[in-house]
Amino acid sequence: MNEPGHEQQSASGKPGGVKTTGHVWDDDLREYNNPLPRWWLWSFYATVVFSLIYWLLYPAWPIAGTYTKGISWINYEVEGEPQRSHWNSRALLVREMQTSDAAVRQREFLQVIAAADHDTVLSDTDMLAFVNSYARGIFGDFCAACHQTGGAGIIGLYPNLADDNWHWGGTIQAIEQTITRGRMGYMPPYRETFDDQQADAVAAYVLSLAGHEGGDPEQVSLGGSIYQGYEGGCYACHGREGLGLKSQGAPNLTNDIWQNIDVTGAQSHAERQALVRDLILRGVQREMPAFGDRLSPAEIRVLATYVHQLGGGL
Amino acid sequence: MKHETIETNAGLLIALTLVVISIGGLVEIVPLFYIDDTVEEVEGVRPYTPLELRGRDLYVREGCYTCHSQMIRPFRDEMLRYGHYSLAAESMYDHPFQWGSKRTGPDLARVGGKYSNDWHVRHLIEPRAVVPESIMPGYPWLARRDLRYGDIEQRMRALRIAGVPYSLTEEEFAANVERFGEETARQLDITRARENLEAQARRGNYDGDPSRITEMDAMVAYLQMLGTLVDFTRYDEGYFVEFR
Repeated sequence: MNEPGHEQQSASGKPGGVKTTGHVWDDDLREYNNPLPRWWLWSFYATVVFSLIYWLLYPAWPIAGTYTKGISWINYEVEGEPQRSHWNSRALLVREMQTSDAAVRQREFLQVIAAADHDTVLSDTDMLAFVNSYARGIFGDFCAACHQTGGAGIIGLYPNLADDNWHWGGTIQAIEQTITRGRMGYMPPYRETFDDQQADAVAAYVLSLAGHEGGDPEQVSLGGSIYQGYEGGCYACHGREGLGLKSQGAPNLTNDIWQNIDVTGAQSHAERQALVRDLILRGVQREMPAFGDRLSPAEIRVLATYVHQLGGGL
Repeated sequence: MKHETIETNAGLLIALTLVVISIGGLVEIVPLFYIDDTVEEVEGVRPYTPLELRGRDLYVREGCYTCHSQMIRPFRDEMLRYGHYSLAAESMYDHPFQWGSKRTGPDLARVGGKYSNDWHVRHLIEPRAVVPESIMPGYPWLARRDLRYGDIEQRMRALRIAGVPYSLTEEEFAANVERFGEETARQLDITRARENLEAQARRGNYDGDPSRITEMDAMVAYLQMLGTLVDFTRYDEGYFVEFR
């Protein structure tokens, strides 16, 4: 239902007395010429003023091979010498690393821990709390990809750090060494050296070392002579008694802890023997990357202390 | 020119609109090409070897950049997690660069050397085999497919046109020897591309299978060199500030 007044306004094209641009087309179509709202106009002027101040304070306009640097400065230090730079995010980072509360306190803690001996760190609850909190972060980023979040590793791929059985030594010093330099774990494949009978025999002997009963005594004794003899030479790394050799990363064979094969999960002696035999035939080749270039010595100490605590032991 | 002239002339309106809009882009981008400090002076940055270059192509083909950035920003948290912030110089031979703008996965700018080759192979085939909580898809075909590198020379020639110093002539090779040293210069020699690629794959045995050269070899070779070219211990913490 149209009111009479409304009809009139439409017809005239000038409701409420708003001005038009004067542009008329298709007989009676016109374009309004409303002024911009005041709030909008003033906001616009404010942005112009803001940009002028910004150009003054911060790097802004390119000029030939350089640019206006602005008059806002950042002070920082390089090797004790005070430095000053125009505002930029790199200088800001350097200053933050040198002066921000969190960074300073973190650095102080790291310095104290780097200077303290291992036993002191382990017995000081404050230091230990820092170690465990800081290390969880680095462990998550650098170590957990292989050793898993809790350090339990993956059988056959990456060693378990959460138990007290260590291939390369579980002291903090040894773990520091492992992290800094990396490790190359290697056991040669014996598929060219042993025939099936010999491999079976050595596997039976190795299982007997770990206390698994049920091997054929003849096989065990044959395996023992290969293990201890020139033919296998297994003793060279794993030791005469099978206790392993940390300097070679050779595991202890007597404790029934298996990193490369799931012996514990096997159902029968025959199955266990097959697992060990296959491992002997194919050998082991594993690599842990070196982190000496990536982490600072203090961080490596923190990390080593944390990893040592996961399972303890030597 | 009257406003009405522009508004009633569609062709002119389009042309002038393009001019106005391009100003915004041009003033931000163009100066970077002639401002002296844009690319830092730093030792060690070199173009990719043929094998790494093929790995990079695969990285682009598989769309890794949609989830992984290669740009560590100068923030404390990023530095603690990923290492030194990225330099412009480190991607000076990238066409196109892989900075990315989205991190569904972690930044990869310094992933080189962080994990073992073997880990990368397992992770690319089936990420959840090594990282149970990962949401990354698997790329098992990389390990199955032979690497195609019959066109490696053409790929390097194309980049040479874009300004990457791969050498074709004796003079270019000599210039590279001077700039990068003999060993690297040989890797950048287009005429030796194929033998270089095969030699690196054989030597590195990145995928653990020495009998073939697979796409996995190239991919892991590329990942393992990312962010490793610059030795940051040689520069004090204020050095790179001077380029800004």
